[in-house]
Amino acid sequence: MSDPLVKVRDLKIGATVYPPGEKPHDIEIVHGVSFDLEKGKVLGLIGESGAGKSTIGLASMAYGRGGVKITGGEVWINGRDILKTSFKDVRALRGGEVTYVSQSAAASFNPAKKIMEQVTEAAIEQGKFSKKDAEARARALFAKLGLPDPDNIGERYPHQVSGGQLQRCMTALALCPEPDLVVFDEPTTALDVTTQIDVLKAIKEAIHDTGVAALYITHDLAVVAQVSDDIMVLRHGDMVEYGDVDQIINAPREDYTKALVSVRSIEHEEKPPSGEPVLSVRNITARYKGTKFDVLHNVNADLYPGQTLAVVGESGSGKSTLARVITGLLPPREGEIEFAGRVLSPDLASRTRDDLRELQMIYQMADVAMNPRQTVGTIIGRPLEFYFGMKGAEKRKRIIELLDEIELGEGFIDRYPAELSGGQKQRVCIARALAAKPKMIICDEVTSALDPLVADGILKLLLNLQKIENVAYLFITHDLATVRAISDNIAVMYQGRVQRYGSKSEVLSPPFDDYTDLLLGSVPEMRLGWLEEVIANRKMESAGN
Amino acid sequence: MPLIVKLLVQRIALGLFLLLLVSALIFAGTIILPGDVAQSILGQSATPEALANLRAELGLNEPALQRYFSWLGGLMQGDLGTALTSGRDIGESIAQRLSNTLFLAFWAAIVAVPLAIFLGLLAVRYRERWPDKAISGVTLASISIPEFLIGYVLMFFFGVKMGWFYPTAAAFRPDAPLLDKLDAIALPVATLTLVVLAHMMRMTRAAILNVMQSAYIETAELKGLNSFQVIYRHAFPNAIAPIVNVVMLNLAYLVVGVVVIEVVFVYPGMGQYLVDSVSKRDVPVVQACGIIFAAVYIGLNMIADIVAILSNPRLRHPK
Amino acid sequence: MRIPLAAAIGMFFTALYFLAAIFAPLLAPYGYDEVVSSGFWDPPSAEFLLGTDGIGRDLLSRMIYGGRTTIFVATAATILSFTTGSVLGFLAAVAGGWVDQLLSRFVDLLMSIPSLIFALVVLSVMPVTLPVLIVVMGLLDSTRVFRLSRAVAVDIEVMDYVEAARLRGEKTAWIIFREILPNALSPLVAEMGLRFIFMVLFVSTLSFLGLGIQPPQADWGGIVKENAEGIVYGAPAALMPAFAIATLAISVNLVADWILNRTTSLKGGRG
Repeated sequence: MSDPLVKVRDLKIGATVYPPGEKPHDIEIVHGVSFDLEKGKVLGLIGESGAGKSTIGLASMAYGRGGVKITGGEVWINGRDILKTSFKDVRALRGGEVTYVSQSAAASFNPAKKIMEQVTEAAIEQGKFSKKDAEARARALFAKLGLPDPDNIGERYPHQVSGGQLQRCMTALALCPEPDLVVFDEPTTALDVTTQIDVLKAIKEAIHDTGVAALYITHDLAVVAQVSDDIMVLRHGDMVEYGDVDQIINAPREDYTKALVSVRSIEHEEKPPSGEPVLSVRNITARYKGTKFDVLHNVNADLYPGQTLAVVGESGSGKSTLARVITGLLPPREGEIEFAGRVLSPDLASRTRDDLRELQMIYQMADVAMNPRQTVGTIIGRPLEFYFGMKGAEKRKRIIELLDEIELGEGFIDRYPAELSGGQKQRVCIARALAAKPKMIICDEVTSALDPLVADGILKLLLNLQKIENVAYLFITHDLATVRAISDNIAVMYQGRVQRYGSKSEVLSPPFDDYTDLLLGSVPEMRLGWLEEVIANRKMESAGN
Repeated sequence: MPLIVKLLVQRIALGLFLLLLVSALIFAGTIILPGDVAQSILGQSATPEALANLRAELGLNEPALQRYFSWLGGLMQGDLGTALTSGRDIGESIAQRLSNTLFLAFWAAIVAVPLAIFLGLLAVRYRERWPDKAISGVTLASISIPEFLIGYVLMFFFGVKMGWFYPTAAAFRPDAPLLDKLDAIALPVATLTLVVLAHMMRMTRAAILNVMQSAYIETAELKGLNSFQVIYRHAFPNAIAPIVNVVMLNLAYLVVGVVVIEVVFVYPGMGQYLVDSVSKRDVPVVQACGIIFAAVYIGLNMIADIVAILSNPRLRHPK
Repeated sequence: MRIPLAAAIGMFFTALYFLAAIFAPLLAPYGYDEVVSSGFWDPPSAEFLLGTDGIGRDLLSRMIYGGRTTIFVATAATILSFTTGSVLGFLAAVAGGWVDQLLSRFVDLLMSIPSLIFALVVLSVMPVTLPVLIVVMGLLDSTRVFRLSRAVAVDIEVMDYVEAARLRGEKTAWIIFREILPNALSPLVAEMGLRFIFMVLFVSTLSFLGLGIQPPQADWGGIVKENAEGIVYGAPAALMPAFAIATLAISVNLVADWILNRTTSLKGGRG
């Protein structure tokens, strides 16, 4: 048997870190990882942030980003160890044998040059094709990747095409020189879910048609399950589990893999509406100051005590604007907000203290939602002091109770936000909201900046607290799995309108309107063959039309 | 009208408008303040009659607004007024001095700009290594010493102790052959170069680093291009605007540096003329020099912005 | 708290200069205007540690007194520039709207003229006295402080924790003093160091041009002017202030750098 295309043995990667107030020093971030990759196969590298997956991907091009250095091991590609060859050989490898697709095509394309020039550059420079052939090949790839007007799109500049299109151009850039291996580094993570599926489909078909091998790096196991033959699970720079895709998804051996597979599978029984709604949004139409178009059109929704209304939509759907209207930061042009049986003043400044206390908010970026100069105790203690006039021992006792409720404990009271992990920060923000004894909390994408397992922990905590405190959540998110996990009612938003509204079971059951159908159908599912099914269905539909 | 043309027209209009406001500000600065021009010319011992006569002669009795507009009208037609102390036409006195100053600034720029860009590139190439650290150390030292002291240090060592150059520019004659003129201004040029070099280099370094850290440079490296190709094809087209910007801003800074350096080296330029006139309280000359310096400064800043607009691909190739 | 060596050295020398300025009469061996030698530009000796100046005054004494004047004027102008600039800057950021527009556009206008040129224009009609110098320099420089404090405050203002405080119902005073100010302090303090250095250079330049501190009062820029002629005769007296200004400026710079780095590392802290 001949050697595999890629053979990595005991790869070790280090980095220089610059901790504040200490001398810079080297640490190891990947501790001896090995794998093989045959021609035409796809290996998925999966893990949470800090797992070292991108670093490993770039090491297959003998490249280290910033202060990252490859410190040991072997990386064999096409029968030679690229860590030991000359720099000239490495250059011939990059852009020729191995190419790279980054997460952000928008940043990875040179803004000053036409797309065609950039897509064909490596192929021409590495002597693989003449300029004419390279351009013909690029146009063929543009067509294959489903880009509009493939013959002319190359004449445009990067800022003249959309994000999803540019991501496909980046794939064309990587495939143009007929490489043996393409490294895909989170190529769809920055995209909206309905755009993601098109790019994913384009990538999968391109890999299949060109017979290229690929390393597919992502944090999303459901995505990697659609495109890979094998999967390696990484954590903190160590290999956790390595196997074929079927085994990893359907019969994971390690606990960590099991947790990743079962992520977003929280079961939540929907509650029927009971009593009077705590919040009624009535006919809200709103626009931002100085603009000429409405971002919300006649929005209506109800939220019942102790329940969760999920507001779901993609970027630009107006879901965060709705939160600003409810909190009074953006007075609406028309419509009113009824809260706890009274009509709220549209403007924040004229709301009563009880209005403010009973309606709390948790933000997406816990990092910037807490004053970095205040301790956890001060942050949670302020609402107690402000709304209830608590002081001294009484306040401290209550802070500790709250810290226990969010499963952190007394030890955190004197810490600063910078000393907490992402999940811990979000927990402190939850405690701050709870401290006001609110009737309702607006949760604005509170889990989207977190790794999946951490996000699951936060969701479970929120559900648990809802039972104890009987607080209602207005839960804003773009992620349908989160919606399933937490909601009782759902409002699907699209271009500033409520597209579909009702109980969870109603909204998520057919018959669907076109947008909801597209949205639901685009969410990757944790099973093999999902992508093929969707593609086949859509082909049938378009044939039927 | 395409967006880019609109932006350019707006920027140029803004520059002219600023210049107009600045002229008002300069004029206001010399009349609203409690000092009295007539009093400062004649001194404390002047008789009330003499003061009144002088005020009438200078037109100081007319309303300020009217004086401003007649001054401004003169400026528009190239009439800078008459010097109080010498009674000579300011335009004539300034013409030769301005060309001397521009000569000095021009040669300082010729030396400083390429040197600063080269050293800036060097600092980026050897980032965090000794050439970079040495360059930033020298930078720190040179921005910590006032311009005129750098001038005297050079004068003392290279003009007096070593005797390599003329210690002062007193030997400068505008009608002398070019080489003689350059010889006479060697030290002022060196001083001005040192003065702007530090800032220009530091800002060039930052501008290039900013471009070099972009993701598209990584893309270029991962295409297997050599470092020349990476810099020439991908970094340069994007770095040119910030660098031109840096250069223009520092040339504007150089214009101010010239004032002090001319005094140090006794160079017959605008700066020397301005400072002398301030001491003599010759207000019309101060106003004229002030507006010329401000015009050059505003103009260079405007060019910097225009280059930035012209080189922005988003504006050149709109959607 | 660990203080890095460079910052410690910076603090030591900064303190030394300020102490020398305060206790100048005790430290200086002679009066600032006392002619103590019949010669001029005497070389350094045991009697006159730095030699004498062009009319036979002790150079060391003039340097010490000169430092006192320069540091006093620079400090006063910095304080003026800072109070004016930061109060107006914060006001513009928090008030927004037309207040912000008016202040910002006026500052743009002032900054479109080099401050040295504008100072010269104003000084051509004003009597050159210490208060006038301090006010002119302080107000001209407050434009830079205005821009920085406005920018810093605007950056902090859009943070979610400020919005959270607003939603809680906190008053404007709480938002400025408890949420914004603690986070703006370090960059502003660091900037204060840089402005102080700039003031030292500015007043020295004006004095050197004969338009700053007037003789026989001693100051560093003036010492250069008085002794400039000596350069041609090989007397380095005029270069003395170079050393003094450079060490002071570098020391303050080192302290400012350290303060600024401390802030960024605190802000950037993660996980």
